This record gives sequence, structure tokens and C-alpha cells, in this order.
Amino acid sequence: MKKSTNAAYYIPYGFWLIFFVIAPVVLIIYQSFFDINGHFTLSNYQTYFSSGTYILMTVNSVWYAFVITFFTLLVSYPTAYFLHYTKHKQLWLLLIILPTWINLLLKAYAFIGIFSQDGGINSFLGLFGIPAQQILFTDFSFIFVAAYIEIPFMILPIFNSVEELNEGLVNASRDLGASSWQTFRQVIVPMTMSGVKAGVQAVFIPSLSLFMITRLIGGNRVITLGTAIEEHFLTTMNWGMGSTIGVVLIVAMFIIMFLTGERNHHRKEARHEN
Amino acid sequence: MKTKFKWSHLYLVIVFILLYLPIMYLITYSFSDGSRMTNFTGFTFKHYAALFADTRMIQIVIDTLLVALLSSLVATIIGTLGAMAINTTSRSVVRNSVLSLNNILMVSPDVIIGASFLIFYTALKIPLGFGSVLMSHIAFSIPIVVLMVLPKLQEMSQSMLDAARDLGSTNGQIISRVIFPFITPGIFSGFFMAFTYSLDDFAVTFFVTGNGFQTLSVEIYARARQGIDLEINALSGVMFIFALLLVVGYYFIQTNNQSRKAKHQALEESEALAHETTH
Repeated sequence: MKKSTNAAYYIPYGFWLIFFVIAPVVLIIYQSFFDINGHFTLSNYQTYFSSGTYILMTVNSVWYAFVITFFTLLVSYPTAYFLHYTKHKQLWLLLIILPTWINLLLKAYAFIGIFSQDGGINSFLGLFGIPAQQILFTDFSFIFVAAYIEIPFMILPIFNSVEELNEGLVNASRDLGASSWQTFRQVIVPMTMSGVKAGVQAVFIPSLSLFMITRLIGGNRVITLGTAIEEHFLTTMNWGMGSTIGVVLIVAMFIIMFLTGERNHHRKEARHEN
Repeated sequence: MKTKFKWSHLYLVIVFILLYLPIMYLITYSFSDGSRMTNFTGFTFKHYAALFADTRMIQIVIDTLLVALLSSLVATIIGTLGAMAINTTSRSVVRNSVLSLNNILMVSPDVIIGASFLIFYTALKIPLGFGSVLMSHIAFSIPIVVLMVLPKLQEMSQSMLDAARDLGSTNGQIISRVIFPFITPGIFSGFFMAFTYSLDDFAVTFFVTGNGFQTLSVEIYARARQGIDLEINALSGVMFIFALLLVVGYYFIQTNNQSRKAKHQALEESEALAHETTH
């Protein structure tokens, strides 16, 4: 009896697993072996590895993701740490989460206004007699906006790991004569590493694939793996090459997940856990 | 010590200003009399008036809400059944592999989901539009529902089900009278999260929508690429209020759950106490 009800539960869910989880992954790998005319070939991989452009693009994309993650971490770690010691921390935390509920494109759009030639930053600089700068469509603007969007997703996991930190160990370290810096380096940082890793994972992977930010803020100067995939699928219609880059992105994702441990929770989930 | 404390507060205040400044900047200019996000010339509601008179935009809002509502509803049903299936699977190998498969869509970048679904629909000759967008939203919302409902099912004690069965309940009765009421909070959280996933999504929709169908995110992207349009600022004002309401609503559900849990725990503790005193 129990067996049959179990099977019945599996019918819709299993259908989903087969058609929307397994099939798409198989299809994107399969597609990567076809050229633009629909012939089976390995040429996409050959092109990817032999033409310097794709390798350079991948290296650039990883570098951008690294820089974005670095700055996000730089801002987020102290924020999460200080938040832990504030009085109304649940309220503060709610205020950190709230911006993640605003549509990402609206936030990117705001920066088009702020960074434009006659926008907020330039009129502010104008007060000091500094002539208008080109800010929009530069590497700086892309990194700044991406980091801005990712910061809450980095703060949340780190905050959780600071919350789990055993205060007794910090006190013990101080009692045993460690300086604040030593306590921080040798006790607090190692013990909050799991949060940092979860945060890095939550920021690095999307940073490789945020194509809308590169289009809106980076102009067409910045090309990430995500931008390249979008370009091949929706503009040049070379799905084979797009899928090849997709496979590269999937591999990159697994490498990052391997390096940061397998706390494979989706970042959006984080905002609901608090 | 005292001064250090203040430095940390200053730091937090700066971070919060940075986080909110762009959003406030956006909303402030929605009341500007000009046509660009510069030189606030005078206060006006005209961009809001234009927004509410824009029938195309209103149609898009309705479509977006319709997709979000339908997709989260279907995803909740399939996800809940999936969680029940996983919960009744006793072989740990099967269980763990199903769970890993479940999480694939949660960790994949949006571009990969979008691109692979596009290949999938094209291979099956499914036309792109409302249907393909709806199916994609259902698909990427299912795993989160499973992850919300499964812990609730695991919390449920086997003895409760045995008791119901011993007292003569049929399978259907056990599901509707015992299991279902117990996991309802998980189902609600799952539904809510599926709803917000759908509203938030841009990349997947962008890939699988054809020319005829637009959601709000795709429309904002298309307009933002053409430059500043203060109607979008007005839209962001409206969406900010909506996001606030959603957050408040979600926290209401959360605290309600927690107080229920607390009540439950208090009840268990008092029972244990009663048990001790009788001995």
C-alpha cells in the first residue's frame, strides 16, 4: 500500500526531475557538439581552446568575478561583524535584506542615472569644480554596481556564522593574553570561515554570469561568461558555441563549489532564513 | 573601548547609506518635473499619472502577477508531492541522489537555466511565450518548495501516523487530517518564496520569452537600455512599496510559525513535566 502511494507522489515530481532538470543539462552538453549549421563536431571546443579570444574572455570574466567578490567581502565582513554587536540586530538585518527584494534591474537602472554625465556623482563633483567624468560604461562602474547588488548576499551568511561563534572562545583567547588582533586573526576569522565560504560561493558564481549588468552599466566593454552565452544564444544564434561556453560555466561552478565546500544553498534562500 | 564602539556604528551607518542611496535616488526623481535623473526641478505626480495611464504597462503588470501566482501555485503542489515522495523514500542512496538532483536548479546560474530551457523548448517545438515562461517559472520554483516542506515532514513523528492508522483512518484521511495540517506552514513559506522567485526573475524569462510576451523585469530591461525614462522611476516607487508589503507579510508568516512552534514546545515541556510529577 505504502509503496504505491509513494510511486503516486513521484509521478509529477519525477516528471519534473526528468524533463526540467536532467533533460536540459543533457541538452546543453549535447548542443555544444553541434556547429551553427547543425553538424556534429568538436569544433566548438577546438575554437574555444585555440582562439585566444575565448580564453582571454574567460580569464577576464574570472578576474572580474574575483575583484567583485573581493570588494564585496571587504565591505561585508566588518558589516556582519559589527551587526552582531548592535542592539536591535534583527531590525538592522531586516534593513540589509530589504534591498534584495527590490528588482535587480531597477537597482542597475538607478546607477545609470547616478553615474551618467550629468548624474548625481558628476553634479556632486561639479560643486568642487571638477569637470564631468565618464563613469558609466567603465570597468569601475561595472564592478561597483555588481558589488552593490551582491553585498547583502555576502553579509547574510557571514552574519549567521558570527552569530554561531562561541563567545566563550573569544573571551578565553583574551584571558590567555592574546591581543585583539591575534584573537581576531586566530580565533574569530577561522571560526567564521564557513560563512565566508558560503558568501563567496553566493557571490562568485552569479558574478560570472550577470549579463544584464554588463549590458546596462558596463556598456559593451565588459564581457563575462554570462554575456557571451546571451550573445551567442539571442544575438548571433550560434547555440553550439553558446552551449560550449555554458559547459565551461558549469565546470567553473563545480570548481568553485568544490573549493568553497558543498554548502550548496541558493543565495536567495539566505534572505528567508533570518 | 567607547570610541571603538562608535567607529563601528559609523561604519554601519555608511554601509546603510550606500545600500539605500541608489533606491532613494531613484524614487526621489520619480517626483521630479524634468525628464531626466538630474536637476530636480519641481515636485510632480505626472510620472505616476503616466504610469497608471500606460495600458501596455498595466497589461505587463497583470501578466507578471498572473505568471507569478499560477507558477507558484503549481510549483507548490508538485513540490509538496515531491517532498512527500522523498520523505517516504527509505533507501538513502535514492534519497540523496534525488535531493542532489533537486538542488541542481538552485545552484545553477540563471543564464544556464535560461539557455538550457530554450534548447529544450525548441527541441520539443514548444512555442515561446506565456506557456514557456510559465513552465520555466514552475520548474525553477519547485526545488525551493521541496526544501521548505521537507523539514516539516521530517519533524512529524511516526507515532502520530501510527496512532491515526490504529484508530482506523484511511490513507486519504491521514493525509488530509494529519499530515496536511502539520506541514501547512512549510507549504505557505514555499508558496511565498516561489512567488517572489517568479517576480524577481529576469534572466530565465529573458531567454525563454518570445516577442509577444513580456514580464515586468524584461520590460524594465528593454526600457533601461534605451536610457532614462522617469516612468520607470515611478514604477520603482510603486514596486518599493510592494516589496515593503511583501517583507512585512513574510515576517508576519515567519513569526506566526515561530510562535506556533514555541507554543508546541511549551506544550511538550509541560507534558514532560506532568509526566515526571506523576512518577
